[in-house]
Amino acid sequence: MHEWTLLDAAKAVRDKEISSRELTRALLSRIERINPKINAYITVLPEAAMREAAARDEEIARRRVRGPLHGVPVALKDIFCTKGIRTTCASRILKDFDPPYDATVTGKIRAAGAVLLGKQNMDEFAMGSSTETSCFGPVLNPWATDRIPGGSSGGTAAAVATGTCFAGVGTDTGGSIRQPASLCGVVGMKPTYGRVSRYGMVAFASSLDQGGPIARTVPDAAVVLATIAGYDRRDSTSVDIPVPDYLAATGRGVKGMRVGLPREYFTEGQDASVKAAVTKALTSLISLGAEGVEISLPHTGYALSAYYIIAPAEASSNLARYDGVRYGYRADGAKGLIEMMSRTRAEGFGEEVKRRVMIGTYALSAGYYDAYYGKAQKVRTLLRQDFNEAFARVDVILTPTAPTPAFRLGEKVDDPLNMYLSDIYTIPANLAGIPGISVPCGLSPDGLPIGAQLLGKHFDEESLLAAASVIEREIPLPRVAPLEG
Amino acid sequence: MVITREEVLHVARLARLSMSPAEADKMREQLGNILAYIRQLDRLDTADVVPTSHAVEMGTPFRDDSVHPFEEKEEILKNAPDREGDFFRVPRIIED
Amino acid sequence: MRDNQGMEFEAVIGLEVHAQLATESKIFCACPAAFGAPPNENTCPVCTGMPGVLPVLNRRVVEFAVRTALGTSCKVREKSVLARKNYFYPDLPKAYQISQYEMPLAVSGHIDIEVEGETRRIGITRIHLEEDAGKLVHAGAFAGAQTSLADLNRCSVPLMEIVSEPDIRTPEEGGAYLRRLRDILVYLEVCDGNMEEGSFRCDANVSVRPKGQEEFGIRAELKNMNSFRNVEKALEYEIRRQIEVTLDGGTIVQETRLWDADAGVTVSMRGKEEAHDYRYFPDPDLLPIHVDQAWVEELGKTIPELPGEKVARLVSRYGIPRYDAELLSSSRRLADFFEASVAAFGGNPKVTANECIQWKDAVAAGKLSPETIAHVVEDRETGKVSATASRKLVELAIETGKPVRQLRDEKGLTQVSDAGELEAIVDKVIAANAKEVASYRGGKAGLLSFFVGQVMKETRGKANPRVVQEVLKAKLG
Repeated sequence: MHEWTLLDAAKAVRDKEISSRELTRALLSRIERINPKINAYITVLPEAAMREAAARDEEIARRRVRGPLHGVPVALKDIFCTKGIRTTCASRILKDFDPPYDATVTGKIRAAGAVLLGKQNMDEFAMGSSTETSCFGPVLNPWATDRIPGGSSGGTAAAVATGTCFAGVGTDTGGSIRQPASLCGVVGMKPTYGRVSRYGMVAFASSLDQGGPIARTVPDAAVVLATIAGYDRRDSTSVDIPVPDYLAATGRGVKGMRVGLPREYFTEGQDASVKAAVTKALTSLISLGAEGVEISLPHTGYALSAYYIIAPAEASSNLARYDGVRYGYRADGAKGLIEMMSRTRAEGFGEEVKRRVMIGTYALSAGYYDAYYGKAQKVRTLLRQDFNEAFARVDVILTPTAPTPAFRLGEKVDDPLNMYLSDIYTIPANLAGIPGISVPCGLSPDGLPIGAQLLGKHFDEESLLAAASVIEREIPLPRVAPLEG
Repeated sequence: MVITREEVLHVARLARLSMSPAEADKMREQLGNILAYIRQLDRLDTADVVPTSHAVEMGTPFRDDSVHPFEEKEEILKNAPDREGDFFRVPRIIED
Repeated sequence: MRDNQGMEFEAVIGLEVHAQLATESKIFCACPAAFGAPPNENTCPVCTGMPGVLPVLNRRVVEFAVRTALGTSCKVREKSVLARKNYFYPDLPKAYQISQYEMPLAVSGHIDIEVEGETRRIGITRIHLEEDAGKLVHAGAFAGAQTSLADLNRCSVPLMEIVSEPDIRTPEEGGAYLRRLRDILVYLEVCDGNMEEGSFRCDANVSVRPKGQEEFGIRAELKNMNSFRNVEKALEYEIRRQIEVTLDGGTIVQETRLWDADAGVTVSMRGKEEAHDYRYFPDPDLLPIHVDQAWVEELGKTIPELPGEKVARLVSRYGIPRYDAELLSSSRRLADFFEASVAAFGGNPKVTANECIQWKDAVAAGKLSPETIAHVVEDRETGKVSATASRKLVELAIETGKPVRQLRDEKGLTQVSDAGELEAIVDKVIAANAKEVASYRGGKAGLLSFFVGQVMKETRGKANPRVVQEVLKAKLG
């Protein structure tokens, strides 16, 4: 049952073949067995989930269906505020924080009738590519538990890949949905910037963050995306564009679709299995009527640098509110305000967060603004122009999602720069604000998942879903990791 | 070195992050590497490029000037590490 | 300006005003912007900087700022940007204040002021929007209190910062500038202009230089002046202090100084504040503010006649002294009241002006109608009531709300001014005081007031003393 797709589960509940309680109970007991092995969940909500499931069943009995997720157990990355349920961002500084309100995404998931199983583990404040920086301990890749699941939405990706939720919602600032989805063999999508409301999604880098679905199939991801997308007055960067029928888009096919292949993403010395798998994805698209087109995105090599100025700069400002005054951790025994704030933050934040706050503060500080932040904003314009020019010639762009399959735990955690390189293929989409999806397209010789990334024009999630759906159908792969439990 | 220890300590103070000299040195090394990598941007000529200040190209939306009180004061105060009545309590500022 | 040991100095002053905008709700959330609620009552997740919250801009705040720009001849920028000003303080929940930096809403305006009969134009550098911070109360009245208490009610109340060019040269000019600016804001109904309550705050930048020198001297920033008078006094003190320091061979330090109203001095804050690096950058949660020409024009239609124009018009139209015109123009309501009064009775505007000024508090409280003043002035001019009686009548009108002529008749305060009516009484008094009549006719002119007094007694104060005097003189010879 835990291997069902979300759509199958939802249908079964609607058709009364199974109750929400049964589904929820099954997943809760699976979480109990599996979570100690992979640590995907920070908070599990057994009583609340069963109560919600019971309520959803009662509604079904009265023929009331709230929405496409009615009665289906899902979970949220622990970065979305859930009123009354602790929301930690995997940080000591918010370890016991109880939000006074629900995120818009939280509200939409509930309004669609989903049952909330719990809050999922992540890199602290979404800063990371391996989910090793959580104060609750790392998440392990269910395909090989000596390896990382990717990050920062590693908990969500691992939970989906172990059948401990039917889908989850993660966040993506530099690849944090797509990369863990790729490393865990599931589907993950970052929508266009402005598609999904950021209200209640704890901010890391405001101009780059987007919430998006992680699920086992493309149609499942489409349904979750349709649920969470939409204009929100409480988010000034939310765009007022109608939400199309994303599920229908998955069946569109790719006939005549021009698929761009940027030479900068297919380099000499690239991991051979990654290259092979993505080539297979391309072949599958072409076999169904798409056309491969060689393109160039000339400023790609500068994207990482621009990102590692802009994201930390915005983060340094967004995380300044964690000062021990109104909520969160406060250091003991400080003699005076400045010491209280400084020790609170030094003790409450992990190393990676501190590093990024330092980089960001430095990049914005007097005398350095133009050289760093100002410069990075200009590079961002050049990257957007690259994509604009490319999309005049192609409809979607195909690349690997990650440069390698999952690496080992601890391998890069002391080498920040090396860790940052995990995101080279995913970062440009965040800088340009365009949507991107990762869909499984192969396995490495070690049996580790490899994902193909598709990038699209602003608000053209539909083309991505269509293409990803074709790849998924043509390259069937197990979507639940063979982890014993 | 791209960044000095004094600069690290200065930035740490700006960011309200306590840092021992040993920590500052480690931070200096790591930041130095990252900043050195980032300097590759200097190779790009961006003199005529307009910076992207905002991810979305439109004007800021407005809300009407109407009052909708939150009306759950306790929710705002419930996470306070220290409070006195309905105030947030903090240590005094001490001149150093 | 000052003459010391043969060296003349002039002061260079720039004033920075923070005006709280009189909107219903805060600038980025729907909490009430009202003053005086219990601690942390007017708060929500947004203005208390909870994790995950986002700001949404109040349209009326932009309207008020654009109207202020129009009222001060500023140029409204089509695009302006909200920026984050980053620093840590317990009354600043997000640890940044949303303000405007490189691209403010309006620039390059001016206000004309009158000092000692001369008009001077004071430039306005910029007007921008920002949010207010909360309040930090230092707990415990005793020394050694270890903690402070934060009340975030005021967080995100909308502010408008108005920065003048350093065109002001004297404390009097400073006071005139502030008063005129305040009046403009009150006229536009964008701010209630109350310095004592903190809805209109002023900081000053002051430096001195030898007269004729073009280069500016080092400036000090003055804070903590909570009334117009205190601003003037602080400026006076600081200018003198800087001149003395300079003449003694010292150098002025660029620093912030607080005005101590009790001691009458400015005190250095040096050592108590660290240099701030605010790390301004455009707020990524808010997009640029677009104000197009059509909107500016639409708002332009809502600009009333402003104080400067009104003063000039009252002087030229009614012939009243400039001083009176300025007093009347300090409130739109009072000025309108004055004009309505004059219209109700086309008599002596100068007298009407005096009456309006005298009763301005009652006018502000809405306790007087223009007709009341008009009728009182008319009755005084026609001699129907005496000055004393008219004062009493206005007081009664305020108290009872009744029309003043009705009160006049009820209280029998109509003065008798008809000479014919008074003759009989005058005759009676003359007949009853033959001895004094003889003395008066014999040369004791001072006795006239005795007779006037007697007539007043007979008429129980109702006679018009002027007319009585004339009748007496005629009869006594």
